[in-house]
Amino acid sequence: MPAMRAYRFMLLRRSSQAAILGLFICGNLLGWQALRGTLSSSRVLDTVPLTDPFALLQIIATQHSVASDALLGGLIVILFFGLLAGRAFCSWVCPLNVVTDAAGWLRKKTVLHVSGSRFVLSRKTRYGAIGVSLVVSFATGIAAFEWISPITMLQRGIIFGMGLGWTLVLAVFLFDLFVQRDGFCGHVCPLGGFHASITRFSLIRIRHDQGKCTSCGKCLDICPEQQVLQMVGKASGAVTSGACTNCGRCIEVCDDDAMKFGIRFSPAKQGTRSAGT
Amino acid sequence: MPERRTFMLAMARGLGAASIGGLAWTGFLDGKKDYPTVLRPPGAVAEKDFLATCTKCGLCVAACPYEALILAKPGDERPIGTPYFHMRENPCRMCRDIPCTVACPTGALDRSLVSGADDHGSVVLDVNKTRIGLAVIDRETCIAFWGIQCDACYRTCPLIDKAVTVEYLRNERTGKHTIMAPVVHSDHCTGCGMCERACVTKKASIFVLPRELAMGESSGRYVKGWESADEERISGLPEDTTTVTPRSEKSPLDYLNAGEP
Repeated sequence: MPAMRAYRFMLLRRSSQAAILGLFICGNLLGWQALRGTLSSSRVLDTVPLTDPFALLQIIATQHSVASDALLGGLIVILFFGLLAGRAFCSWVCPLNVVTDAAGWLRKKTVLHVSGSRFVLSRKTRYGAIGVSLVVSFATGIAAFEWISPITMLQRGIIFGMGLGWTLVLAVFLFDLFVQRDGFCGHVCPLGGFHASITRFSLIRIRHDQGKCTSCGKCLDICPEQQVLQMVGKASGAVTSGACTNCGRCIEVCDDDAMKFGIRFSPAKQGTRSAGT
Repeated sequence: MPERRTFMLAMARGLGAASIGGLAWTGFLDGKKDYPTVLRPPGAVAEKDFLATCTKCGLCVAACPYEALILAKPGDERPIGTPYFHMRENPCRMCRDIPCTVACPTGALDRSLVSGADDHGSVVLDVNKTRIGLAVIDRETCIAFWGIQCDACYRTCPLIDKAVTVEYLRNERTGKHTIMAPVVHSDHCTGCGMCERACVTKKASIFVLPRELAMGESSGRYVKGWESADEERISGLPEDTTTVTPRSEKSPLDYLNAGEP
């Protein structure tokens, strides 16, 4: 099944996103205990709290204290992604990722990808957005990004009723389609920027094997955060940037088996293989 | 030198963009946070603090066994993603274990606000301490005040004879009948909204408003002289209470005659 193989991580990611959303729906509407709440704050098996640490940061910026349950939930999330999974939240959990991936796909299928404006937004915009959301939270006394986040709006909408929430989701889709490739997830989203910041030292990483690489550039072409693959064609090693979402698209498109999931620390055999070529 | 200039320019541009975005964002949110009529779940902290600490997770909504709590959608005219009641359709049933309050992870619903001591002195949940709002009666549309017998709100009240009582008034129109008037008592009313749902008029003549909206506040110096406890209330207050305003600086004779020829 070569076709399946070319999308194996994509299928896994979509399954993961759908399963998490499904568990939330069953938890909130049917009373299942596995997962209840939303991505902002939830409870696993009716006991373990999980909280979006960026939302907590905004609440703290409003100069309010938060109950210990939520703080513990935030700590669990930070430890899981920060030490282990990397920025996998964005590509394996976030439901908006499906929307922006669809926009990216459509952009590639149409002329929008080649022609169109040369408008280029800085990748650092998202870190500015983090700062601005904290300042605005402080100024207004409400968690600023939580009020306009298309991520939670989409997820809450699917679970509890969409209302006019689809307008913002459509706006993100159109932004990614017409204005900037990977515009929202790769440039603007402060939650993505936050996850990129806390996962700088996480364990699970994409590894590149320069010995097998033919410098075809397919991985760079597919990657939503191209800047993280700067070592491709130059040296073997792990992708160390926190901006990498561990989506695995580069592994799927590589015809030379030069990309794979691994851990941050370089295993010995990888070093010898690349030295031998 | 040009390199530094480029850097400074880029910095200025970034700061400028951030300022524009931040100002627009602040303005947008400032207009969005003032919904004075919103009715929050039991144990909700003051609205200003609630808006800051609620993460819009929906755990309280998921916990409500009667599906009475609603998570505000964009377009609901309520702060997006926050929980509220629509009493006319689905009021609070005042569960003894208050699952909504207990489910809140952030403390936006504070269980200490709906807890009291039991007979043995240990802290237990007490749903009767809930203060979602206060039921208010429109005496002009309430048919009981017309003299028609209706005690729907009184009968449905979970704290019957405490939160809602019936007061017998003389029907002056007929001269021989009784007006059985419902009266709400703020020291017991939880704002659960059962009365609002039960009300038989086309648009409810008894309805729940947030206490901030529904209640006044008398100044502390007025004393109920017929209640000995109330006398004690002012015993510790300072004697000197003279209020000085621009007008009170003049003698009354002066300002009353000011402008006279």
